[in-house]
Amino acid sequence: MLDNLSTNQRAAVLSVVMLVVGLLIWEAAIPAQKAASELTEYERLTGGGAPKAGVPPPSQVLAKAWEQLSNPFYDAGPNDKGIGIQIGYSIYRVLTGYILAALIAIPLGFLIGMSQVAYKAFNPFIQVLRPISPLAWMPLALFIIQDSEASAIFVIFICSIWPMLINTAFGVAGVRQDWVNVARTHELNGIKTAFMVILPAAAPTIITGMRISIGIAWLVIVAAEMLVGGTGIGYYVWNEWNNLDLTSVIFSILMIGVVGMLLDSAFGFLQRAVTYAE
Amino acid sequence: MSKPFLSIENMTQTFPDGQGGTLTVFEDATFGIDKGEFVCILGHSGCGKSTIMNILAGLAEPTSGVVKMDGFEVSGPSLDRGVVFQNYSLLPWLSTLKNVTFGVKARYPDWSKAKVEAHAREYLAMVGLEGDVVHRKPSQLSGGMRQRVSIARAFANHPKLLLLDEPFGALDALTRGTIQDELLKIWGGTEQTVFMITHDIDEAILLADRILLMTNGPFARVAESVEITIPRPRNRTDIVEHPNYYAIRNHLVQFLGQRSKELAGQQSGGEPQSPTRVVIDKTGPAPDPEPTTKPQLRAVND
Repeated sequence: MLDNLSTNQRAAVLSVVMLVVGLLIWEAAIPAQKAASELTEYERLTGGGAPKAGVPPPSQVLAKAWEQLSNPFYDAGPNDKGIGIQIGYSIYRVLTGYILAALIAIPLGFLIGMSQVAYKAFNPFIQVLRPISPLAWMPLALFIIQDSEASAIFVIFICSIWPMLINTAFGVAGVRQDWVNVARTHELNGIKTAFMVILPAAAPTIITGMRISIGIAWLVIVAAEMLVGGTGIGYYVWNEWNNLDLTSVIFSILMIGVVGMLLDSAFGFLQRAVTYAE
Repeated sequence: MSKPFLSIENMTQTFPDGQGGTLTVFEDATFGIDKGEFVCILGHSGCGKSTIMNILAGLAEPTSGVVKMDGFEVSGPSLDRGVVFQNYSLLPWLSTLKNVTFGVKARYPDWSKAKVEAHAREYLAMVGLEGDVVHRKPSQLSGGMRQRVSIARAFANHPKLLLLDEPFGALDALTRGTIQDELLKIWGGTEQTVFMITHDIDEAILLADRILLMTNGPFARVAESVEITIPRPRNRTDIVEHPNYYAIRNHLVQFLGQRSKELAGQQSGGEPQSPTRVVIDKTGPAPDPEPTTKPQLRAVND
C-alpha cells in the first residue's frame, strides 16, 4: 500500500503513526484517579479522596491548548495574560537583543575577516568571552543597567553576538582570492568590493551564523525570563509551575518548541536564498 | 624604432626562498608588444609566466623594473587591462548575463541599465550564448560555456590590453578547438591587443602573431620571439598544410624540449634581456623586413 507513495508522503505517515502511538502510551500511562465511592473508609479518612497532583494526560493538554489558543491575547492582570502576549514579549526581547548584536557583529566580523592583524588582536577576547554562559552576565547586567527588562535584552545580545561574529569573520576571510581579483581588475573601490563581491560570497556563512545565534537566543530567553520575571514565555512556565498547573507547563513547553522552529525555518529560508553552487 | 604599445623594461622578480636567501624567477626581462598584436608566451611551469601575467594585470608588483602602456607607467589593476583567468573566475551567485553586466557597469558607470544589458547580450551572442542560457548560474554551465562567459566579459569591456591566463587549460580538446575559433572570430573584429599564456604549441601557432619563448627558471628569460609567418585568416585544418607550419612547430618543440634547459640559469649581469627575433619563412625568398637583425633562419637543430 505504501509502495506507490513518495518518500515525503511515507515519512509523513510514519510521523503521524509515531505521534499517535506516543500520545496513546502517554495517555495510558497516567493512572486514573479513583472515584470517591470506590475508596475504602480508611482511605477516605486519610485524605485519599483529594485529587492528587500528577502529570496530566495529553487529552487535558490538548484541551488547555485549545482554550489558550482560541483567546491568545487576553490580559486579566499581571499574573494572567494570554499565551500570545507572553510569547510576544519574549520575541520582542529576543529580536531587540539579536538585532543589536547583528548590528555590531556583522560589521566587526567584516573588519576581523579582512585584516589578519585585527583577527589576531580580537581572537583572544572572543575565545575567552564566547564560552561564558549568558546567564552568568545577569547579575552584572542587573547591577550596571538597573533594569530587569534591559538586562534580559543584554543577555540575549551577549549570547547571540559570538556565532555571528565568528561566522562573519570566517566567511569574509575565506572569500576566494579569484573573486577579489575580479573586483580588483574591474577597479571596484573598497565599498563596492565589500557589497558586490565579499558580502554575497560570504553570505551563506554569515546567515549560518545568524541562524545559530537566533537558536541560542531563543534557548536563553526562557531561562532569562525565569530570572527577571514579569512577562514572557519563560516567566509563564515558571509561574504555572508555582501554580502547580502542569497542564499549562506542558502546553507552554510545546509552544516554546513551535516558536523556536518557526524562527529557525525563517533563517533556513533566508539561507537557501543566498546559497550558491560553485 | 618607435616605442611599442606595451613595453616591459628590466623587469625582475625575486621571492624569498624560505631559507633566508632569495630566488630569482626572472631578471631584467625586456620586451614589447605592438598595438593590435596577439602574442602568446610559451614556457615550462615555474619559469614565471603567471608572474609576468599578474604583473601586467597589476595584481602583483615586480621586484624591480617598469611596465609602460601607451607611454605611461602602469601600477595596480585597471579596467584598461582585462583578464581572463584559467579558472574562469565567474561570480557564482550571479547569472551569466549579470556576470557580464557586472563588468560593463564597472567600465561604463553612466550607461543606462538597458544599454548595459544590450551590450552584454551582444558580446555573449558573439561567443554563442543566447536565449535562456544567459539566465543560468555558472554552476549550471559546462566548463567551456563558463570560459565563453569569461571571454565575453573581458571583450565587452574593450580593454586596451587583454590578458589571457591559460584560458583553455582546463577544457577538453574538442571544446578547446571550438572556443579557439570563437576567440579568433571575436578578436578579428576588434583589433584587440592580446597577451596570452599557453602550454599548447598548436594553440599558440593558430592564434598568435608572435610567440615569446621562455627558458626554464630560476633566472628565466624571454629568450626568443618567434614570428608566425602564416597569413590570416587562419583555420586549424588549413594551417597544417602551410609550408611554414611544421618548420615553426619543430622550432618551438626543439626549444621547449631542449634549449629551454640549456639556456636556463644565465644571469643577466644587469643588462636588459631582450628576446632574439626569429623569423622562419619557407615560402620563398621574401625580402627581410629588417635586414639589420639576426639571420633570417636560425638553426633549428643546434
